[in-house]
Amino acid sequence: MSADVLLEVHAVRRYFPIRGGLLQRQVATVQAVDDISFAVRRGETLGIVGESGCGKSTTARLLIHLLEADAGTITLEGRAIGDSSGLTAREFRRQVQMVFQDSYSSLNPRCTVEDTIAYGPTVHGLSWADARKRARELLGKVGLDPELFATRYPHELSGGQRQRVNIARALALEPRVVVLDEPVSALDKSVEAQVLNLLVDLKSELGLTYVFISHDLNVVQYISDRVLVMYLGKIVEVGPVESIYGNPRHPYTRALLGAMPSMDPDNRGKQATLTGDPPNPINPPPGCRFHTRCAHAETCCSAREPKLAAGTAAGDHLAACHMLIPGSGHSAAPAIAA
Amino acid sequence: MSAQDTIVVPATDAVRRAQAGKSYWARVRERLLADRITLAVTVLLAVIVLMAIAAPLFATHDPMASSVLARLKSPGYNGHWLGTDEVGRDLYSRILYGGRLSLLCGVAPVTLALLIGGSLGLIAGYSGGIVNSLIMRSMDVLYAFPSILLAIAICGMLGSGLGNTILALTVTFIPPIVRISETVTTQVRSAEFVEAARASGARPVSIIRFHILNNVLGPILVYATSLISISIILAAGLSFLGLGVTPPDAEWGLMLNNLRQAIWVNPLVAALPGAMIFITSMCFNLMSDGLRTAMDVRI
Repeated sequence: MSADVLLEVHAVRRYFPIRGGLLQRQVATVQAVDDISFAVRRGETLGIVGESGCGKSTTARLLIHLLEADAGTITLEGRAIGDSSGLTAREFRRQVQMVFQDSYSSLNPRCTVEDTIAYGPTVHGLSWADARKRARELLGKVGLDPELFATRYPHELSGGQRQRVNIARALALEPRVVVLDEPVSALDKSVEAQVLNLLVDLKSELGLTYVFISHDLNVVQYISDRVLVMYLGKIVEVGPVESIYGNPRHPYTRALLGAMPSMDPDNRGKQATLTGDPPNPINPPPGCRFHTRCAHAETCCSAREPKLAAGTAAGDHLAACHMLIPGSGHSAAPAIAA
Repeated sequence: MSAQDTIVVPATDAVRRAQAGKSYWARVRERLLADRITLAVTVLLAVIVLMAIAAPLFATHDPMASSVLARLKSPGYNGHWLGTDEVGRDLYSRILYGGRLSLLCGVAPVTLALLIGGSLGLIAGYSGGIVNSLIMRSMDVLYAFPSILLAIAICGMLGSGLGNTILALTVTFIPPIVRISETVTTQVRSAEFVEAARASGARPVSIIRFHILNNVLGPILVYATSLISISIILAAGLSFLGLGVTPPDAEWGLMLNNLRQAIWVNPLVAALPGAMIFITSMCFNLMSDGLRTAMDVRI
C-alpha cells in the first residue's frame, strides 16, 4: 500500500488562536484540525465530506501549504518540505495545486483570463509569451475557446466558465495532485455536471490525483474512489466509496447518509437524522467528539477518544467508534476475539 | 453533454470579440470618451492647465507692472480684459501666471503624497501585524489634527514659500491616502486569488506587483484626483494667511486675499480669483467622479 501513496498526512494538527482583550492575549483556540492522518494514493480521487466547520477547508489549505501545520507532517512521495530530501516549498506548491470554492473571488478582477492562468508558470521561470501560449492551450483543454475567452475579464464570464478558468489555472503548473475545495457547490446543477465531467476527463487525460472536498454527498459519491468523513476536526470514517455508502459504520456517517434526499418515496425519512449544530470547535467535547449528538453514546464515549481502526471488518475501511472496537467498554462493541 | 464541448456563445459574440483584445486601460478610455460631462470638464481643465503653463504666450500685460491710475478697473478697461487689481496690475495676466503656482500647489503635493502614502499603505496592508500597527498608528497621530491646521502648523514652523507649502500639504495628504491604500490592500490580500498566487509559489513582491497594485491603484488614483481640488484650496488658504506664496508673486489664494478689501469697490474683479479656484476644483472633482465610474470594471 505504501508504494502507491502520493501524498501522506501524518498526525497533522492545526489550531487557530482566538485573541481578545486589551493586550490581544490568546483567550481560546479553535481546534480546526486535530491530529488527522490519511494517505492520498496515486491516481485516485479522495473525497472529503463533512458539515460546515468540520475542518475540510483547513485540511485543504494545509495540503497545499497555504497554512503551516502546528504539528505533524505532510509528505509528497515520502519527501517533506525542509527535510533531507531537499523538497522546497516552491516545488511542493508546483506539484500540489488547488481549485478554490468561490470562482469569483479566486480570480483577480483586473486580470484577463489568459494572464491569470499564465501568472503561475511565470513565477516558475517561464517567459510571459510562453506562459500565455500554455494558458491558451489550457483554455482549450477546459472547454473554453481561447480566441473568445483569453482576453476577457472574470466579470464577463459565467460561474461555470470562471470555474473552468480556475481549473486551468491550477493545471498551468502541471501539478500531480489537485485539491478541489468545493469546486462545484456554487454552480447550478447542469453546470455542475459539466464541470464534474470535465474534471473526470482531465484526470484520466493528465494522470492527476484529486482530493475532492465537498458537503454534497451525491457529488462525492459520483467522483470519488475513496471517501473520508470529517467531524469537528477529526476523521471519523475513511474507506472505499462503495463501502462507505453501502455499509457506513460510524453513526455520524449513517446520519449524514440518512439526510441525503432519496429519489425513492418508500425510502424517505426512516432513519433518524441529526438535529442541532455541531458543538463549538473552540471547546470540543471530550472523548468521542460526536457523543453529544450520537444516539448510541454511552459513558465510555465521553471518557475516551476512539481511534480510527478497521475493527472487525477487513480491508481499508476504517472508522473511529467505540462500538466497533473490541473491548472498548461499549455495550454494542464486539467481543474480544480469543 | 460532454465536458469537452466548447461553450456555446450567444448573439453578443460580435460585441465580445470587439471588446476582447482590448486592455483594461483601453476600455477605461472608451468609457471616459462616452461620458459627456467628464469629457467637457477634462477639456476645460486642459485649457486652464495649458494656458497656465504657456502663460507668457497668452498674457496681454506684464503681471508685475502696476499703475496707480488704473486701479480696480472693471473688465474691459483700456485693454485689460478682466480689469485690474488694487495696484493696477492686469488681472487676466495675473490669473494666468497665478494658475501656474496654484496648479503646482494642487498637483505636486498630491503626487508626492500618492507615491509615499500609496507605498506605505501597501506595505502596511500586505505585512499586517506589527508593521501595520506601526504605520497606521503614526498616521493616526497625523490624523488627530484637522488637515488645514496641520498644514498651517508645518508652514508656520518652516516659514512661508512655495517649497514649504508643497511639503506641508504633502504631509497633510499622506494619512488619508495611506488609509485608503491600506484598507484596499487588506481587502485584496485576503481574497482567494491572492491565496491562489501564494499557492503557486509566488513571492510577496511579485504578488503585490501583479495582483495587488492593479486593484489598489484605481481607488487611490480616484481619491487623489479629488484631493487636487482640496490641495488648491488649502494652498490658497495658506497664501491667504500669508504662510504660502509671498507677494508680489501671483497665486490665486494670495490674489483673493489682496482683493478682498476691494469687495465693495469692485466686487466683480475681487471675486475673479475665487471663481478660478472654484471652477478648477470643481473640474477636478467632476473628473474624479467620472474616472471612478470609468475605472470600475464591474459596470
